[in-house]
Amino acid sequence: MSLRIALAEDATLMRAGLVSLLEGLGHTVVAAVGDGDSMMAAAREHRPDLVITDVRMPPSFTDEGLRAAVTLRASDPSAAVLVLSQYAATAYAAELLGPSGRAGVGYLLKDRIGEVADFSDAVSRVAAGQTVIDPDVVRQLLNRPRTTNPLDRLTTREREVLGQMAEGHNNPSIA
Amino acid sequence: MATSVWRAMAGNPVRFVLSRWPWRSLAYVVSSVAVISIAWLAVLPLLLFSPLLLFSPLLLLAGMPIGALERRRLGFMEPLAVPGDPHAPAPPGGWAWVRLRVTEAATWRELGYCACLLSVLAVLDLAAVFVLFICLLLVALPLLVGVGADARFAVGTWTAETVGQACAVAGLVGVPATVVTLYGISVLGGAQAAFAKWLLAPTGTEANRQVEELAQSRSRLVNAFEAERRRIERDLHDGAQQHLVLLTMKLGLAERHMADAGGRAGELVGEAHEQARLALTTLRDQIRGIHPQVLTDFGLAEAVRELAERCPIPVEVDLDLPGRLPPEIESTAYFVVSEALTNAVRHAAATRIQVSGRLAEQRLALAIVDDGRGGAEPSLGTGMRGLADRVAVVAGTLEISSPPGGPTTVRIDLPCRYE
Repeated sequence: MSLRIALAEDATLMRAGLVSLLEGLGHTVVAAVGDGDSMMAAAREHRPDLVITDVRMPPSFTDEGLRAAVTLRASDPSAAVLVLSQYAATAYAAELLGPSGRAGVGYLLKDRIGEVADFSDAVSRVAAGQTVIDPDVVRQLLNRPRTTNPLDRLTTREREVLGQMAEGHNNPSIA
Repeated sequence: MATSVWRAMAGNPVRFVLSRWPWRSLAYVVSSVAVISIAWLAVLPLLLFSPLLLFSPLLLLAGMPIGALERRRLGFMEPLAVPGDPHAPAPPGGWAWVRLRVTEAATWRELGYCACLLSVLAVLDLAAVFVLFICLLLVALPLLVGVGADARFAVGTWTAETVGQACAVAGLVGVPATVVTLYGISVLGGAQAAFAKWLLAPTGTEANRQVEELAQSRSRLVNAFEAERRRIERDLHDGAQQHLVLLTMKLGLAERHMADAGGRAGELVGEAHEQARLALTTLRDQIRGIHPQVLTDFGLAEAVRELAERCPIPVEVDLDLPGRLPPEIESTAYFVVSEALTNAVRHAAATRIQVSGRLAEQRLALAIVDDGRGGAEPSLGTGMRGLADRVAVVAGTLEISSPPGGPTTVRIDLPCRYE
């Protein structure tokens, strides 16, 4: 399915590469801009099927793109956004996934662009309203609860007792 | 060897004469005479032909080169404790330099020393060398009489005429007199060296200032390194990484197109794609090692959490920081945690690690505890030693406790202003 896509990426070379990739995949790039504000403007003007944005963009070169994506999703629940990041940060993903919208949302490592098939798939799925999270980020998110799981604080015996209690044993039978 | 000429003189006289001290003192005194002669030759025309120069700061500064030379010459008497430069660093050349020097106490002390050297010390040193010369003549008397030189030694009406008599004079008068003179020269050398050191060596405040400047320049260096690391990280992100991403993208596209065609070319492009992907992963890991972007963007707590998530063994993070800390504190703490986690995984065979930290009274206290086998020797690991240096630069402390059998605890305490 051919999509209408707005793209925000400040590095010219990368932007050109992404445009050629997306067009090569059969989509139409309706706007290719270099900062967060222009991205918001382009999204309002063209109402694209999907907005793809880089995280680090001018003027602050920190998380401009992410801010713009979060704002866009908050102001327009139907806007599907795919965020590309230089590195996997669960903090980014958490912020992006925070405001729940009806539209699709995605958070991918920039490196994934190289996996053309995966990237193409992610683009279609986010545009279709699904949520796509980079495997690296997912791995980190899954790692997170394990490190603070209160059950981990228990000793082996305490765990055994807890397990038996859960199975319905009473005090004398556990002892 | 005795540690000073005074201690050597206080000991056994035979041992003293046979030790290096008389010769060191002699070398010091004789070279003093040489320095004094050259200095007089340089100063005399100045005094004679341009008395106006007496009142110019240039003459004041004449003490400086002599002072510098004299500090080096102290090596004769105190080879282990040649004093450093008492002057503050100054811009080279120009009036600023002259102004700074003229206002320094060290410059005036050098001038005072110079005046003493060219007057009192000149007389004493010359006299000492002259007396020694006479003594040596007496010792050499038998030789002089033997070769028939016109040398006579007379006391009252008695004159030493034969070689035998000359030998007696050399033995009974010459040798003892030489030994006594050597003692005298050692006293003179020791006293002159002490005097030179008193005036020419940096005083307590001057030495403290040097330590302070060293500490400051070290901290400047570390901050410069830190800035440089960030720049390298950014350059790699914006440069090499982008190109590699594009390369893998193009190769991915090519692979897709050739998948239908099949054959050797498709295989090769597939391999190239894999290689490019590998290069990208390597580069990404290295960039993280240089300076993690998550630290710049989200601060210490989040960056440590990210480290914990990447760690192959469970890490419990209990970091409660009210906001961002100064960048050098954040990166120092981050790299300590990173190194401690790496060590716990690699060497301690730990199964769980706890990272806890608090900011209290403008100090960041962080502890990394693992349940590994312990026995870590902090002096052996270059990684930890480098980190101890980094911690020292921000005026913090690093403690490692690792008894055999564990647990290993790494503790840092960094002073910081909370922003």
